[in-house]
Amino acid sequence: MKNLKRVLGIGVVAVASCFVIAADHIDAPEVSGGNSDITDFYAFQAENEDNLVLVANIQGLISPANTAAASFSENVMVEFNIDTNQDNVEDLVIQAIPRDGKMYFFGPVAPSQTGLNSIIETTSTAGGSVAISSYGGAAVTASNGGMSFFAGPRDDPFFMDFARFTQILTPGDDDGDGEEETAFLPAGSASDTFAGTNVMSIVVEVPKSMIGGSGKINTWVESKRK
Amino acid sequence: MKNIKILTLALTVSLIAFNCSNDDDNNMSMEEPVLDFSGTYSQEDQMGRPAVNTVFNASADKDAFNVTTPTAQSAAFQSKFEANLLALSPAYADGGMNALGQDAAAFTGLLATDVLNVSLDGTTTFYDGEPANTLSGRALADDVITVELLLIFGGEDFTENPGLSNDNVSENDKTFLTSFPYLASPH
Repeated sequence: MKNLKRVLGIGVVAVASCFVIAADHIDAPEVSGGNSDITDFYAFQAENEDNLVLVANIQGLISPANTAAASFSENVMVEFNIDTNQDNVEDLVIQAIPRDGKMYFFGPVAPSQTGLNSIIETTSTAGGSVAISSYGGAAVTASNGGMSFFAGPRDDPFFMDFARFTQILTPGDDDGDGEEETAFLPAGSASDTFAGTNVMSIVVEVPKSMIGGSGKINTWVESKRK
Repeated sequence: MKNIKILTLALTVSLIAFNCSNDDDNNMSMEEPVLDFSGTYSQEDQMGRPAVNTVFNASADKDAFNVTTPTAQSAAFQSKFEANLLALSPAYADGGMNALGQDAAAFTGLLATDVLNVSLDGTTTFYDGEPANTLSGRALADDVITVELLLIFGGEDFTENPGLSNDNVSENDKTFLTSFPYLASPH
């Protein structure tokens, strides 16, 4: 255990303050806590097994008291990237951008250009729009061309005892019991640091036939600002 | 005659005024305003697999990682990921491996290209214990942090460093929906 602590101590020094907030919440100085800060990305088979669901969450750790005032920025586009031929370059994108209380979706469509800079692919024949759901109201969803759309506040689906993780990685006694923390708390004592907090969610359900059909794809999500 | 001239002037004025307002109506249009989607949007954040930038990059590299395309990430960051992993976890010392049979170089080589692999043929999960399903997506209920802790600390058979390889939080605080939009209502 002493060796482990020593190794962990070196880890703390080497990796320094990188253990900020988990999945991707507040992951980097440039985006931390802002309206382009991606907290999580999910991709899973839908209730209708012919479809895939893509979820992008942004703006983490929104308290219930602050959720009604949370909003999407009209200058920030969220882009789902889909690589269908295993070269890690996006062959298709689905873009989400808000205007006047609605979230507009363009794609799946081959992007005009790949990489760090994008234009909104307004000529895409696939896509749709949905009214952005308000806090306290029912979830507003919309469908078009086999796709379904949602945008608005949701419970943060991420869970982790991040507070304990931070204590483990911070040298010295952090919880006042006189000992350095060297392990996670047992079930029952461990707690979800993200319980009770919300995120701003963008959810798209898309037929698999529109994003490669079968086999494996590679996906990632980006936030881009005008 | 004088009255007619005044009347004509009045009519002319009113016609001009009418035309003006009519033009304004045309310009304003009764249809929905045209939405402006023009311009170039430049990248600020990106994410494939959970917690990669957070855990494996040092502070000074986090912003750069977010604006490096996946094709360029491995060359720029894999060796740093490997050094950070070896410093963080004793499980990879002396050629140690994780339960996927990967040594430190192989594991960080996988993670340094930060894309989420997704199967279009059935089960989609980050890890569910079934080898064939590993890295086939990310479902809402997947305990991705425990999986990553096990891969970082758990060694070849998930038994090493047990106090560090499970945070003992294994589910969300709200129940997910079975139908669209799947995520639970906000608190």
